[in-house]
Amino acid sequence: MNGKTKLINNPNESRRQFLADTAMRAGSLGMVAASGIWTSRAVAANLSSLDGRLVVIMLRGAVDGLSVVAPYGDPNYYASRSSIAIARPGELDGVMRLDSLFGLHPALAVLMPYWERGELGFVQASGSHDQTRSHFDAQDFMESGTPGRKSTQDGWMNRLATVVSGSQSDLALRLQAVNLGPVMPRIFVGAAPIASLAQGNAALAKGVLDREPVADAFAKLYAGEDRLSKTVREASATRREIMSSLASDDPKADQGALSLRGLAVDTGRLGQLMQRDARVRLAFVPVGGWDTHVNQGAGKGQLANRLLLLGEAIDALIKGLGQRFQETTVVVMSEFGRTVRQNGNNGTDHGHGNVMWAFGSGVQGGKVHGSWPGLEAAALHEGRDLAVTSDFRQVLSEILKRDFRLTDKQLNVVFPDFRLNKTSGLIA
Amino acid sequence: MPTSISRRRTLKSAGQLSLNCFALGLPAVLTSQASAATPEAIRVASATRALGAEQIATHLLNRLGFGPRPNDIAAVSANPMGWIQSQLVPSSIALPETLIARLDEASFLRRHPLLLVQEFRGLQRAQAEAASNTVSTGVQSGAQTGAQASASMQAMVGASPPNQATPLGQNQIQNPQSNATPATPLGRFVNGVVRPAMESRLLRALESPRQLEEVMVDFWFNHFNVFQGKNILRVMTGHYEHYAIRPFAMGRFRDLLGATAHHPAMLYYLDNTLSVAPGTTGGAGGANRGLNENYARELMELHTLGVDGGYRQKDVTELARILTGWSIQPPNRFSNVEAQSAPGNTESMPGFWFNERVHDQGDKEWLGHRVHAQGQKEGEFALDALAKHPSTAKHLAFKLAQYFVHDQPSPALVAKLAQVFLDNDGAILPVLSSLFVHEAFWAKENIGAKFKTPYQYVLSAVRALGVTPANLQVLSGAMATQGMPLYGCPTPDGYRNTEAAWLNPDGMTKRINFATMLASGRMGINVPTETLISHLGPLVSEPTKILAREAAQDPALASALVLAGPSMMRR
Repeated sequence: MNGKTKLINNPNESRRQFLADTAMRAGSLGMVAASGIWTSRAVAANLSSLDGRLVVIMLRGAVDGLSVVAPYGDPNYYASRSSIAIARPGELDGVMRLDSLFGLHPALAVLMPYWERGELGFVQASGSHDQTRSHFDAQDFMESGTPGRKSTQDGWMNRLATVVSGSQSDLALRLQAVNLGPVMPRIFVGAAPIASLAQGNAALAKGVLDREPVADAFAKLYAGEDRLSKTVREASATRREIMSSLASDDPKADQGALSLRGLAVDTGRLGQLMQRDARVRLAFVPVGGWDTHVNQGAGKGQLANRLLLLGEAIDALIKGLGQRFQETTVVVMSEFGRTVRQNGNNGTDHGHGNVMWAFGSGVQGGKVHGSWPGLEAAALHEGRDLAVTSDFRQVLSEILKRDFRLTDKQLNVVFPDFRLNKTSGLIA
Repeated sequence: MPTSISRRRTLKSAGQLSLNCFALGLPAVLTSQASAATPEAIRVASATRALGAEQIATHLLNRLGFGPRPNDIAAVSANPMGWIQSQLVPSSIALPETLIARLDEASFLRRHPLLLVQEFRGLQRAQAEAASNTVSTGVQSGAQTGAQASASMQAMVGASPPNQATPLGQNQIQNPQSNATPATPLGRFVNGVVRPAMESRLLRALESPRQLEEVMVDFWFNHFNVFQGKNILRVMTGHYEHYAIRPFAMGRFRDLLGATAHHPAMLYYLDNTLSVAPGTTGGAGGANRGLNENYARELMELHTLGVDGGYRQKDVTELARILTGWSIQPPNRFSNVEAQSAPGNTESMPGFWFNERVHDQGDKEWLGHRVHAQGQKEGEFALDALAKHPSTAKHLAFKLAQYFVHDQPSPALVAKLAQVFLDNDGAILPVLSSLFVHEAFWAKENIGAKFKTPYQYVLSAVRALGVTPANLQVLSGAMATQGMPLYGCPTPDGYRNTEAAWLNPDGMTKRINFATMLASGRMGINVPTETLISHLGPLVSEPTKILAREAAQDPALASALVLAGPSMMRR
């Protein structure tokens, strides 16, 4: 869309301009009827605020949940981790006190205001009951939503997209799902179309279909009523929606080089996209690098460095969401936890139970939920790992039930082998 | 019945490569010889008569290969039958010297795969230690920029997560010249093994005149999928393809099944190395307790019988017991100069080890058989039984028909192929022969009915140009960007090849991006649009030609329209 990225301070004006451009363009290409997307933006902007949104941040590699929400009140914690336990509240590099048992890793200080406002809660000792300690299998199971069953072909977020948009016959209001990064993750594999948001500077780089002559030529090439043509037209429409939503109002942000780099930029951008386009209701953010077998560190060190970046990225996401955060739940999860006892390399090995994080106005925040099994030897899973007392699907189902108003039958499509029969208390 | 006996004999001889079976159903237009007037042959002949010689050639090149290269259409249309027959006997076709010169297969085949694994693990440990030292000296803190930190997050040690195994993709697409060398010794080592393996696959698919063989390698690799992102499989996947898949891709199914079942990559991927008889300990690290059913389940569900093939959970458990001990040679059982047999040897698989000590010594009740304890032989018996099971025939027939004919193949076609499979003791060639002369293969509504996978699309676009780019990572990057990284399917069922799996807005955008990049000349390939149109013959529709010529003042755009036109999306 030429001329669309010019600086307009009033977002409404920007939107009107965009709609005018769009209507003109769409008319000239005969695209309105086919995709149904172009004329719909104004309608979409008025989507009911009751429709919830979900962002899942997946920490691939198994983050050490006992460092994220450290059980400083459990004496076995310090006994099991002589050099990598996070110190008690008030001590040097100690945890930030959450309650009498748990404290938050000091590198996540940027998230404390969310906790204090009641917008951040945790479910300790959560995860998958499947016994695997393979990253590969455990991630696969957490994304397919069917632990233990490898033949499941699609991912649960795609099934969710299908279930939610299935009841929505108006294309204009149809849910959109966005993946951050180029490779379609397992969790989004399936029948529903998924958009992807490139990372780094590539996200706002013009693609070939953003060039007028190219877009026009391909629009003519795919002008028919066959499936291929309809799909290509939908692609152009979706792409322009994303680009228009992300077109910056801030001149500094356009210069790239001066802005912050890395994950926080990507998540901030994702938040803005969701803020501006009400139909984007599902998003997935994979973050790698948590497999701390060696020199994990404590209040400072390897894991702390990564948590610092992650905390900033989550903060940027929520700031990007703006008012939309009131309708959004952000979940952070990881395939399994790590061993309670540190290993011979000042690190931890593959374990079992972990902590899930949830941000949102509908979250019962300021509380660590779930049943704490304890760290004494007899309570450990297979004598070495934190036990799982809350199934990850339970936590997710509670969120989906509330935010997407899913029926039991619909929940059963998203998590076919699971029945929600108790609650963690995370959701009001 | 005499006719069926003679037919069976003919089909058997087809398995021995005499190919007389074509006399049974030769479509008239495909051969100069008069054909037997069977009802099917008449229908096939009638279907093919409706097609021009060029349409017949492009159909064959699209289905038995990865699309036409320059001059292919003319060559195949001159003698379509002869071309099919030669495709069925790959050894009858010489590989071009230019292709052989570019292949660097020794990099991943010369050394014993377990030596590669050993080196990989050693470097992994060294890197983990180096990383921790860096952190403890504080070099990474403070001054580290977001981008560096983000990169190190991606690169961090250990079992790398699926889906982000190698961050190939957008960046490399946008910078085709990028050929960066990895920064760490581990990265350099892995790259030195992985890259030539991927290049071998891509170069052969692009340039080998034995196109059907390359198509069958793609088909069987997906059928017996392993995932390169699972730790040590990084350095074994190329070996797996060349030892377990490629030599048997057009041979006997039992050999293919046996080769995959003995290859360390499969045993590791599906955790059979962790599966030990209850009460014994062993396997990797000696810390395993009990059965792991993973491989036993997939062996029946995916590799042979199919999910509805008539087995129960009890059969899974019993097969897992039968397969206890099928494992990988431990390091103390081979020397540093371990020699390995050549690919294609059905008696010996490098790295395979039957660990008697953890094998379940009890009798088993499996799939209606009473299997007495007899060590490794039990597993061989199970593979025999599975390979000739009617459910296996049906399952494979369906998958072949779906790959070569239609997303929902007709039950008649599936039944026919299954019967040919059973009649020929699981030889693959007669099944293919019978498929290519089946009326469903030539039915008008099935021509161009398959939507290409990203793998097939990328290869066909490059083949159409007739020039293989210097930097093949751009191609594997494009496949990854489109959601189909080479060797990167994490699940054992492999990539699907249906329209439902691949036709979506994002996928089409990425194909158009790729075609535009390919046509831009940035990869050092410059083929005039008119030349490209002539390479593709009927695969450029009239409307596409008109639009391309309208765009002639922008040659890159004109060629992009041809490469990303509707007829190039399907096969």
